[in-house]
Amino acid sequence: MSLPDAASILFERHAQALLGSLGRLARQPLATFLTIVVIGIALALPAAFYLVVANMRVVTEGLDETVGLAAYFRVSTTEADVKKAAEAIAARAGVAGVELVSPEEGLAEFRKLSGIGDALQALPENPLPWLAKVRPAPPRDTAADVEALAGELREMEAVELVEADTAWVRRLHAIEDTMQQLVLLAAAVLAVGVLAVVGNTIRLEINGRRAEIEVTKLVGGSNAFVRRPFLYSGLWQGLGGGLLAIGLVVGSLMTIEPFVARLAAAYGAVFALRGLGAREWLAVLGGGAALGFMGAWLAAAYHLRRIEPRA
Amino acid sequence: MIRFDRVFKRYANGREALSELSFELETGDMAFLTGHSGAGKSTVLRLIALLERPTRGQVTVNGRSTGTLRRGAIAAFRRQVGVVFQDHRLLDDRPVYDNVALPLAIGGVPRREMDKRVRAALDQVGLLGRERSFPLELSAGEQQRVGIARAVITKPPVLIADEPTGNLDPDLALEVMNLFQRFNAVGVTVLVATHDVHLLERFRVRRVHIERGRLASVPHVAA
Repeated sequence: MSLPDAASILFERHAQALLGSLGRLARQPLATFLTIVVIGIALALPAAFYLVVANMRVVTEGLDETVGLAAYFRVSTTEADVKKAAEAIAARAGVAGVELVSPEEGLAEFRKLSGIGDALQALPENPLPWLAKVRPAPPRDTAADVEALAGELREMEAVELVEADTAWVRRLHAIEDTMQQLVLLAAAVLAVGVLAVVGNTIRLEINGRRAEIEVTKLVGGSNAFVRRPFLYSGLWQGLGGGLLAIGLVVGSLMTIEPFVARLAAAYGAVFALRGLGAREWLAVLGGGAALGFMGAWLAAAYHLRRIEPRA
Repeated sequence: MIRFDRVFKRYANGREALSELSFELETGDMAFLTGHSGAGKSTVLRLIALLERPTRGQVTVNGRSTGTLRRGAIAAFRRQVGVVFQDHRLLDDRPVYDNVALPLAIGGVPRREMDKRVRAALDQVGLLGRERSFPLELSAGEQQRVGIARAVITKPPVLIADEPTGNLDPDLALEVMNLFQRFNAVGVTVLVATHDVHLLERFRVRRVHIERGRLASVPHVAA
């Protein structure tokens, strides 16, 4: 047998099993549908949870910059004095960097973020002071270190106010990290669930086709040949579940999108809900297909071995 | 060809089915396998189809000893042996075409060639045009012929049959035996287990007669 022949035989066998398994699934629409629903939900849950965390990260990403200290100078301080003071702060141990924000820059930023720009136009003069954003240098950036640094800055003559209330941002990030781990954990648990569901469906399918399996082995069907349609059956069901999961996630996003938009508007912000990217689409589909295939493989390996022809 | 060399077979439940059985069928031979029920006929066929392995001794089919064959090689071995059963072992939920084509599907034969060979096989057993029928729509004799078409579609060098005429009336039985003889005429080694007296009288072929698991001389009174 030449190599192209062998390849075409292999292709033929797989094509027959692939289409055959699809046909069989179509002939049992209810059982197939139920399996796909279970897989779909099991995949949609971690995907949705993942999106919640991802969107939270989008919201809180900008907060990173504010981790640190904000030292507001007295309004009467001159620019030269401010710069001198800033250099002194930067020279301290435990300070990674100092960024100065002039009253004009502060006003512009405030106008952009607050959404009350029109009201600010009415002010006769800029009420904002000079601001120094102080970033603590790790490892001296624990809450206690930052608090100590704040105390030192408050001692300075030119400084009127020091804000060091940044612990909540760190807590928020810690919560996000925890949630991300939970997503992974939930995904792992649900993956085992998908394996079990597919495995059980395949087991029933194998029992229902016992006679056929026996006869096939009798006329020389190898284990691989007998197994193949079941593997494809698992693959189809997993793929179907993946598609359903994507449908569920997209549908949910579309449902809550207007509410999120209203919420964002209430804060004067424009926030577009982040959906699934192409990579994540593929991950859900591929994950479903892989789990379906594996579940089928496990069930087939276990149950098919025990069916031997008798005559 | 088929060769049994001092074959001893004891089943897991302790029953001794064959002891010291030796016989040989040359390539192209045809023989009846006879003996009382329980004499070990079915065991002989099971050993040839590699549904069982001998406890001791050697069974050689198509030059391969079944005792030492790897698990993974069993499927390929079985494809070289056509088997016809008394109860057909057809898949009732599949049309005749699918039943006959099964061994070709296993072999990965392309669809067009499959069509051609299924038609040829059905033509040989006189069932051309019944591809779309389901087994239960056919008579017992027709079902048996579908089973034969499935057994020969891959042109195996060895064909074995277990009481293939057991459920058939004499005319149909004759028809089925004529089929086997035709396959034998083109070089297929054929072994048919039967206790059908009429057939034994009608067809003057060699007899392998076993009694209590051993080869015995053919009794003068028909079995």
